[in-house]
Amino acid sequence: MIHAIRENLSPNRMMIEGDFHGCAPECPTTACRRVATKINYHHMQRMKIIGLTALLAVLITQTTIAQIGKPFIHDPSTVIECDGKYYTFGTGGGGLISEDGWKWNGGGVRPGGGAAPDAMKIGDRYLVTYGATGGSSNHKGAILTMWNKTLDPTSPDFKYTEPVVVATSDGYEENDAIDPGLMMDPTTGRLWLTYGTYFGFIRIVELDPKTGERVKGNEHVDVAIVCEAAVLAYHDGWYYLLATHGSCCDGSNSTYNIVVGRSKNVTGPFVDNVGRDMLQGGGKMVAATSGRLIGPGHFGQMVIEDGIEKMSFHYEADLDQGGLSVLGIRPLLWKNGWPVAGDNVKEGTYEIESERRGYALELNVDLVRMPVARGWNRNPNDPVNPVPSQELKDVIPTWPTGNIDARIGDYMARPNQKWTITAAPDSSGYLGAPYYKIVIAETDRALAATADARVITVPAFTGAPEQLWRIEQLTDGTYRIMPKVVPNSKEKLALVSSGDSTPALAKFDVNSDNSKWNFKAP
Amino acid sequence: MKRKNKSLLPVIAFVILSGLLVDANTALGQAPGQRPRVVLPPIPIKGDTTHTLTKHFIQASNIKKEPDANGFIQRWLLLEPVRKEIARNNILTEKYLRATFSADNFSTDFIVVPKDGKKVKVGGEELKWYALESKTYNFNLYHFTYAINKPPYGVLFWLVTVINCPEEIKNVRMAAGVNSGGMFWLNGKEALILSGDRDMIVDNVTSPLLTLKKGKNIIRGAVINGPGMCNFAVRFLDEKGLPVKNFSISYE
Repeated sequence: MIHAIRENLSPNRMMIEGDFHGCAPECPTTACRRVATKINYHHMQRMKIIGLTALLAVLITQTTIAQIGKPFIHDPSTVIECDGKYYTFGTGGGGLISEDGWKWNGGGVRPGGGAAPDAMKIGDRYLVTYGATGGSSNHKGAILTMWNKTLDPTSPDFKYTEPVVVATSDGYEENDAIDPGLMMDPTTGRLWLTYGTYFGFIRIVELDPKTGERVKGNEHVDVAIVCEAAVLAYHDGWYYLLATHGSCCDGSNSTYNIVVGRSKNVTGPFVDNVGRDMLQGGGKMVAATSGRLIGPGHFGQMVIEDGIEKMSFHYEADLDQGGLSVLGIRPLLWKNGWPVAGDNVKEGTYEIESERRGYALELNVDLVRMPVARGWNRNPNDPVNPVPSQELKDVIPTWPTGNIDARIGDYMARPNQKWTITAAPDSSGYLGAPYYKIVIAETDRALAATADARVITVPAFTGAPEQLWRIEQLTDGTYRIMPKVVPNSKEKLALVSSGDSTPALAKFDVNSDNSKWNFKAP
Repeated sequence: MKRKNKSLLPVIAFVILSGLLVDANTALGQAPGQRPRVVLPPIPIKGDTTHTLTKHFIQASNIKKEPDANGFIQRWLLLEPVRKEIARNNILTEKYLRATFSADNFSTDFIVVPKDGKKVKVGGEELKWYALESKTYNFNLYHFTYAINKPPYGVLFWLVTVINCPEEIKNVRMAAGVNSGGMFWLNGKEALILSGDRDMIVDNVTSPLLTLKKGKNIIRGAVINGPGMCNFAVRFLDEKGLPVKNFSISYE
């Protein structure tokens, strides 16, 4: 569902405005990973020996992190922003709050108990829905809705209205009324609610967006089987039904996964990429288990701005956090008309390629030639031996020691073109991801923004905000790279290719390849 | 939250999780909120709750029946369920399925066609055969158990149907989806097996290329399920993945 939140950009689109700050203390679990990386880094700095590239590759693991803090939740509602904070509610009551969208802790308040809520902002109020049961053995259930003027439990305006029943299951019909999901149709302004689980059908009903009550006389429509936690989304003329298949509540053995079908009609039929109706169990994969993050389920869509969308959900088990279920937030991509979970850039060493021309971001230093061998006019019996790659030690004596400008050039796999990206040591972040530091591999030379909208490297990373970078995957799969701050400026600028070979900071343009980047294996 | 597992396990899990939210707030990020209280409003019964086969099925007859428009086979002989103790469907490994279907088989003659209404002993229980046609593309065995007033969970069903081909049809694949595990045989030979905790997804598993011979072809199936709504759908696909429909279906 499109949730969001602060302001309508248009009748159909909503935006979460970024006020992305926050230097929260490290959580123990993530801190372990961070400290390990830091120790590894400084250790390598001291070593400065041949072969560090290989060592770095081993020591900097490409971890995927869900969220930090105490992001423990099950069946989360779509993450929603209220007065500069982010909220999600879970099964059993209560929920999580985050100042920055990256570090989460308890504190959310949702009365009513029950399970698997959802929430969205409508006008200047928040509509919260939940199932009275988590699925009962007799399949009797009810979906309720209630309003609040704010989600901040410390606000004097915080008060839920009396919940009203909008859908039920009687224990005999082919439906169990749990797992509600909300979607406001951006083309009509009509409010739809999906609900149901494996017992029979997923159903769609219409609610009145002014009251949150069921539209009088509205009859349900059956749209899917063998899934749960279904929710509608709208994109580019299509209605998408996203639902969770597989089994839950079995920790690391849970097989939860998020699938999708689509339709031109809000009430279906929803068909997958091979023509299977979701009433036949169809569904194209959106998100599955990823590394040590097991069993994603309970999808929610967040449209941040044109070209940037995110999905909130939970993993059934984060093996790095005790195997507990945790909140997940990932970029949401649209490929060939289908949604698919994207990825935050993983810690590691990359070529940073411009989408504009395919050139690579590099340190502006002179080329150091490599030995040349030619494949012609040679004795065919001469031995053929591998040529070692150029290494940092081969070139770093030629580099200036002060600030060095960044440049964009032909990628030649040279040391001045390889960037190591790690999460910011201060654990600061924005919605769904940490800020990153970007340094030339095997060095502490860090990419930094300047007050005059240039991009340079400084000899050593200091943690200054202009050295921290917000890297977000766009809906087309490329990435936007933005400094946390531009010195002496309040403007939100992004790294762009102002020419094929010239990086600069400028306003992000989702329709221009100048504003887009790729991270490739070096 | 998944309710696929219809036993008490998910309810227990729900209660435990909710309890943890209250009792272990220092470990969990989500605030405690309130203890889960299941307070349901009065919910009127919306439809017919009598135990009757005719709600979802038609008594099979000798009237010629073809697969439906998408090739699904809706006419089957079904044996009343064999009771099985299955707490979670992820125990339905291939090894488990083979052992169970071997131990609780109604007949080792895989081309035998049982008679509608006859009884057979399996696992010490005397069970009855029903010749039915599903009103939908799939065959909902939960509805079958409700109709005959048998327990719906922890069940093993044996199925038989007869495919009558006017001519030999080469290079077809049997395609099946079940909730949650199953196995199918064609003319006495294993065609496919669906192991693990599966959802009833059309064409979830397909067989190697097969030949439907001219005349009668016997399909036997076994579908097993612990908690959840037991269900299956079977059809044949040609080499292009299109449904095969040029045959009729009988039960004898």
